[in-house]
Amino acid sequence: MKVVDVSRVIPVVKKLCIDANYYVAKDVLAKVKEFREKEESPTGREIFDLMLENYELAAREQMPLCQDTGVAIVFVELGQDVHLVGGDFYEAINEGVRQGYKEGYLRKSMVTDPVVERKNTKDNTPALIYTDIVPGEEIKITVAPKGGGAENMSEVKMMSAADGIEGVKDFVVDRIRRSGGNPCPPVVVGVGIGGSFEQCALLAKKALLRPLTEKNPEPFWAAVEDELLERINRLGIGPQGLGGTTTALAVSILYKPCHIASMPVAVNVNCHAHRHETAIIA
Amino acid sequence: MSQTYCLKTPLTTEALAPLKVGDKVLISGVIYTARDAAHKRLVELVKAGQDLPFDIRGAVIYYVGPSPARPGKPIGSAGPTTSYRMDKYSPILLDAGLKGMIGKGERSQAVIDAMVRNKAVYFASVGGTAVVSAQAVKASRLVAYEDLGAEAIMELTVENFPCFVANDIYGNDIYQIGVSQFRRE
Repeated sequence: MKVVDVSRVIPVVKKLCIDANYYVAKDVLAKVKEFREKEESPTGREIFDLMLENYELAAREQMPLCQDTGVAIVFVELGQDVHLVGGDFYEAINEGVRQGYKEGYLRKSMVTDPVVERKNTKDNTPALIYTDIVPGEEIKITVAPKGGGAENMSEVKMMSAADGIEGVKDFVVDRIRRSGGNPCPPVVVGVGIGGSFEQCALLAKKALLRPLTEKNPEPFWAAVEDELLERINRLGIGPQGLGGTTTALAVSILYKPCHIASMPVAVNVNCHAHRHETAIIA
Repeated sequence: MSQTYCLKTPLTTEALAPLKVGDKVLISGVIYTARDAAHKRLVELVKAGQDLPFDIRGAVIYYVGPSPARPGKPIGSAGPTTSYRMDKYSPILLDAGLKGMIGKGERSQAVIDAMVRNKAVYFASVGGTAVVSAQAVKASRLVAYEDLGAEAIMELTVENFPCFVANDIYGNDIYQIGVSQFRRE
């Protein structure tokens, strides 16, 4: 058993929030450069060049890549042999978010209630925290700041087994078609299939955590992802929706067992910034 | 073939007349920031027949909620937010004299109709390249609604702020035209 004081989490989360917002991830940079060369629209290529220029400026000026520094989505893999002491683990994560968003000059985008007052909480808390208990004695923390424009283009559909894989593909492509330029294409498309209403949505979000340079380990699903990416890039939406051959950089699918009557499918859309940073507390 | 135009604010119909969708535009002068919450308040004022916190005639509104400025800087990162959320409010502001809107993503037919009716233009700037966008902002000043934080209305002095013509005064729409050029379904 390993004893970890929760105060160790605070600076780690703080740094993850800042780094995820300031620096483009390596897998994203590789994909952006790859698709820049393939883009057929001159305006589209110009937008790619602006993205590349923005990565350099953001790092140099120590400013966030995008003004929408998002809701702080935090994935935790908590080793079952870790014993957390010294306070509330989730409060420590929130304190890290609070410090990161303040000291990193990141925008605070959370409101207290979704409908009536919509009063800003002024420190970007609460974070949205998802914890999985895993074997081992490490704590793996991923911060994936999520902007509103892309999240708003996401959807869950309770489909039937009779809809089959073609039904799933049509739903995913149609969701991206209807999104147009809103989610800041070229997007990354996370798809969750199976489980239940809520689990497929979380699967879709977790699918976005797979590095863009890695293929789906299962050949069937790798082929579905390839086909979906090709179909999405034939929609013509292009960078920022102004027309072009790059509407998505990647499609990533996760699935889980489900009820005999169900086939839930979720699409979670991410913008081209595709922010994520991971650290391990060992 | 698309052209590049330099525009000075406040905008006039004469200056907007040559613009066609897909053209690149560099805007200089003063523009105003406003997002969802500020739009709600502006429209309430228009409906009540009261003065707005800035002169809307010929004005340009930029849909942006910037990140906080570092000390000594006029603004933080400052790219556009998605425009459709303002669609409910924009026709009322266009009828009150608004001449330009900067944002990202397509507009409703009602907004496009109001642009044609009032000879106004919608400009698309690039989302997610917010540090590049901030380079064009030379000064900023709070105008109204400080309580809204990042959603407050600010006056930005910009030099050669880059964007594309997404809807011209003739009712054309880049989100239809641009996409149809590359659709291969």
